[in-house]
Amino acid sequence: MAADPGIADAGASVGEAPLIRTGDLRVRAGRLEILKGISLEARRGEILSIIGPAGAGKSTYLRCLNRMAELDQDLRIEGRILLEGKSIYGTGVDVALIRRLVATVFSVPIPLPMTIHENLTFGLRLQSGSRDSNDERVESALRAAYLWDEVKDRLREPARNLSGGQQQRLCLARSLVLSPKILLLDEPTSGLDPISTARIEEALQQLKSNLAIILVTNNVKQAARASDHTAFFLFGELIEYQRTGKLFTTPRDARTADYISGRFG
Amino acid sequence: MFDKTRITGAVLQGLAALACVIIVAMVAIILGNILIHGLDRLSVGFLTRAPEAGMTGGGIFPAIFGTFALVLLMTIAVIPLGVATAIYMHEYAPKRSRMVHVVRLAIQNLAGVPAIVFGLFGLGFFIEFIGRGVDRAFFGGSLVYGQPAIIWAALTMALLTMPTVVVATEEALRAIPQSYREVAYSLGATRWQMISRIVLPQAVGGILTGGILAVSRGSGEVAPVMFTGAAYFLPELPRRLNDQFMELGYHVYVMTTQSPDVEATKPILYSTVLVLLMLTFLLNFTAIMIRARIRKRLRYGR
Repeated sequence: MAADPGIADAGASVGEAPLIRTGDLRVRAGRLEILKGISLEARRGEILSIIGPAGAGKSTYLRCLNRMAELDQDLRIEGRILLEGKSIYGTGVDVALIRRLVATVFSVPIPLPMTIHENLTFGLRLQSGSRDSNDERVESALRAAYLWDEVKDRLREPARNLSGGQQQRLCLARSLVLSPKILLLDEPTSGLDPISTARIEEALQQLKSNLAIILVTNNVKQAARASDHTAFFLFGELIEYQRTGKLFTTPRDARTADYISGRFG
Repeated sequence: MFDKTRITGAVLQGLAALACVIIVAMVAIILGNILIHGLDRLSVGFLTRAPEAGMTGGGIFPAIFGTFALVLLMTIAVIPLGVATAIYMHEYAPKRSRMVHVVRLAIQNLAGVPAIVFGLFGLGFFIEFIGRGVDRAFFGGSLVYGQPAIIWAALTMALLTMPTVVVATEEALRAIPQSYREVAYSLGATRWQMISRIVLPQAVGGILTGGILAVSRGSGEVAPVMFTGAAYFLPELPRRLNDQFMELGYHVYVMTTQSPDVEATKPILYSTVLVLLMLTFLLNFTAIMIRARIRKRLRYGR
């Protein structure tokens, strides 16, 4: 197995430096190695999807990128994670800032027990402490998440009154309000119906011009239709990284071919 | 037909029902007895006057006031201490921390210590050690804090009720979904922001439940205060933290054991017990009302 499978010849867009890059990222939990040296990068203007069977380390990889992994005290994290060329584990790095710049949408919608508006401004209020209602930022985030028309008259209602699909778009908007540079989505549509899924995918296509998006998905078809690059993880290793079109038509590795054709996993 | 299973079932059902009846009957007898004997002495004067004629006349106002003051001071001491302990154990301490294990063990043991031992501890630690120490350091050795006082009684009572508050708070913290904490972190919250904006508002109901239990326990205990601050008879109300005070439970105790004329104090005794019960219910009820209001207000944040 080559150390950097495919990065050099993956045909990534030339010119722009990667927004976020990991080099030989290793994560251990006791003796178990969850990630075995992942080198991967994501650029502004593209959606990178990560596919692979359960236990491949996809979610752990995402959680490393905004330093959420270290909340689990059992994990040992080694290797480089560079956000715009600077290590996010460097001394003097503000963890809270990293987490705002690298925003997360979780696999199940988790509205905080507050109103819709308070959910959206939660992150903003943490920074300023002000009671400013930030109406413009709230509206643009909701529009970007394709939710504005549905909730514009119910901002003072509890967020849990929304449907599952609306809640997940609310979570997306809640991350976008903080103007992140990178958006991590961990199986964001796993519990949603096809229409809600389509809305979120549509939103992602609109958003990617300003962001790097990394999408972990169990749905191979979603990776094929929504992403620009695809990475295939298996048992903590990066098996293949290619332009999505190439990976799905002419995978280089036999294991990738087996996985995307549904022969295992 | 002789059906063994059905008979066993019926017998067990009957026994269970009997147990319920016994409990209800006990409560009814106790309350009925107190009500019958206590009601005729109960009057506005009884609630607002000090005892007179060697406890055979007058009222019990100083004891009512003292109990209120004691419970209030105790609550002020026990809630921050208990809540902070629980928050440290649940939110700050590392997983599988030996320290937390020791603290939890200590709290469980504290809950099992007899109340009279707390009283002796309060006398030895708060009065003899801290109180005397303060007197030596700030008052040139004259007796100011080194004697039984309401502050020491309240602190002793706070120790007694602390396990209740800690356990209730931990229970409430455990009930908050871990995912809320993750979301808060992912939106850039520091640990304290996460605790103050997500965890505490969600846990307030549980914390107040612990407070309510502490209040009902504290308002009924006699042993912890009898060496640490409660007085046999004081016409004056406590005005400073180092004053002694009268307390309802202790008042009942002295009237039954140390009255010069037991027969003459009996009607007053019953009325005092009735007032003590009503006061406990009232404190409970107030705390429950406060909890309901705060829960309603905090349901969706701010």
